[in-house]
Amino acid sequence: MKRFSWVIPTIYIIFLMLPIYWLVSMSFKTTNEILGSFTLWPQSVTLDNYRTIFTDPTWYMGYVNSIIYVTINTVLSVAVALPAAYAFSRYRFLGDKHLFFWLLTNRMAPAAVFALPFFQLYSAIGIFDTHLAVALAHTLFNIPLAVWILEGFMSGVPKQLDETAYVDGYSFPAFFVKIFIPTIAAGIGVAAFFCFMFSWVELLLAKTLTAVAAKPIAATMTKTASSSGYELGLLAAAGTLTIIPGAIVIYFVRNYIAKGFALGRV
Amino acid sequence: MPGAALRRANAIQNICYSWTTGRLGALMALELKQVGKRVAGETHVYPTDLVLERGSFNTLLGTTLAGKTTLMQLMAGLEKPTTGEIWFDDVNVTGRPVQKRNVSMVYQQFINYPNMTVFDNIASPLRVARHSEDEIKKRVGAMAELMKISAMLDRRPSELSGGQQQRTAMARAMVKDSDLILLDEPLANLDFKLREELRDELPRIFGQRNCVVVYATTEPSEALLFGGKTAALYEGRVTDFGATGKIYRHPRDLTSAMVFSEPPINTANVRKTEGRILMNENVTWTAPAGLPDGAYTIGIRPHHISPITRDPEAVAIEGTVKVAELSGSESMIHFDAYGDSWVSLSHGVHPFDAGERAVLYADVSRCFYFDTNGKLVAAGGGHTEH
Repeated sequence: MKRFSWVIPTIYIIFLMLPIYWLVSMSFKTTNEILGSFTLWPQSVTLDNYRTIFTDPTWYMGYVNSIIYVTINTVLSVAVALPAAYAFSRYRFLGDKHLFFWLLTNRMAPAAVFALPFFQLYSAIGIFDTHLAVALAHTLFNIPLAVWILEGFMSGVPKQLDETAYVDGYSFPAFFVKIFIPTIAAGIGVAAFFCFMFSWVELLLAKTLTAVAAKPIAATMTKTASSSGYELGLLAAAGTLTIIPGAIVIYFVRNYIAKGFALGRV
Repeated sequence: MPGAALRRANAIQNICYSWTTGRLGALMALELKQVGKRVAGETHVYPTDLVLERGSFNTLLGTTLAGKTTLMQLMAGLEKPTTGEIWFDDVNVTGRPVQKRNVSMVYQQFINYPNMTVFDNIASPLRVARHSEDEIKKRVGAMAELMKISAMLDRRPSELSGGQQQRTAMARAMVKDSDLILLDEPLANLDFKLREELRDELPRIFGQRNCVVVYATTEPSEALLFGGKTAALYEGRVTDFGATGKIYRHPRDLTSAMVFSEPPINTANVRKTEGRILMNENVTWTAPAGLPDGAYTIGIRPHHISPITRDPEAVAIEGTVKVAELSGSESMIHFDAYGDSWVSLSHGVHPFDAGERAVLYADVSRCFYFDTNGKLVAAGGGHTEH
């Protein structure tokens, strides 16, 4: 039995990897090959698709825009969530549990519900089609998530650590920045990762709230129809490049995420 | 505006205080004046008066939830008292934040800053106080030497054993010359051997300091070992306070005697008539001199009851053994004495079966007599004035 214990994991991994392999393989094919025949790997490898993306500003600016608003969103969400999570974890106040639950319910509504009000509001105050517009819209979902994750990590730190710091003479801000934040660095990493991931893959709000100047890559990808039909190779190359940032971030926080699971959050 | 004038006077006092910290050798004390704490309608500490002197080692003795930790947090300034005032060196510090009180605290959990090395952990109070790097190095080095962790200074707290982590926490607590050092069951989470080791060192470590040391524990034996002064705590009240030996031998009342006894003190209701104490028809002994007639509750410590005796005055008590725990050189016998649950703790191995009838001898000359209000009337055969 033991000799065949590798079989099932292998099948599982193949199933998982197949779509990704297909995407990557397509990105190196010509459109003709993709549409013309069934091939397991590129018959004639071409880098044209990638060349187009890296040279055509309408393509690569999509990535730049996405990265800008995702970064703004992640920084904003974590920065706002840190004090909120600290309050939830350390203080009892009127309605704290209800407020905590209400925060989470924000994640239960589909993003589409908020698309119209955001569009109207942002148009009215003149931040439509800016990076800030998308970043702000995404905080609606990301701040509750970040608060929830951080609260779990913070509650894992004994209150006595705070008290010891005050006894040692640290003021609250000094304690928070010099001691508390380093102590829950893992939690901040996990929270930032989830904010990043949500903002990176979210399409509907990002597409609705932008036109040209802050157009995200996902929106660019939906406009590959040309006179000669869909450029599937180009689309596959763009898709492959979209996976990479997420993969890099996952690599850095992989150990912390396991910790997050152990703490009952994430 | 008397309020404003008072505040100003306090502010001036506070300034004077900071000039003279640690130099006022004479009038030094931590004073609690009717300090109480209520949280959400529940009383954690009843209004308490307590004076702790500099250079003294004070033990707060009480079971879990007796209010030891709350009392310490009030002393430190981590919690604001609901009633009363806290004075230090004749200055009212009730409203002063903990950062400005020059106190240290060590917890039962090993609390260190996980992101810092042991050196930085110990140095942190000095860094906050902006001492020079040279002085920090000197003082941390000396403190590490005293606490025997010199070899671990470059490590992180998570790489240390529990005992070493607690030594680090203690070193940090002592490095800054606090006026008040609070130790909240610092040995409770250590295993037996480490606890013994550290416990033996504590008097040496804290002995020569000119500060108030407060040590909270659930174990009467620790209080006795450290000597100094002991405050017995029971359900949020300080039931007795004084020199440890004195309150052990002359507890103010039954509650204090119960707090200060492990295993629990044995009690029974007795009557005194015609110069004799009557526990029941069969068990009776000569009453201590001067004890008025009436009903009393006696308290007798477990180690004053033994299955064997050479004392002709010892009173034989017949009981049914519930369980006999034999540990090496000691026997702890739980038995039923005429309806009361009693314990005997004696030297030597005395095996008994559960349910066996046994005769145990009580050294009634060590008996406490409490009146119907629980107040101590006589102890150790003599009349007592409290």
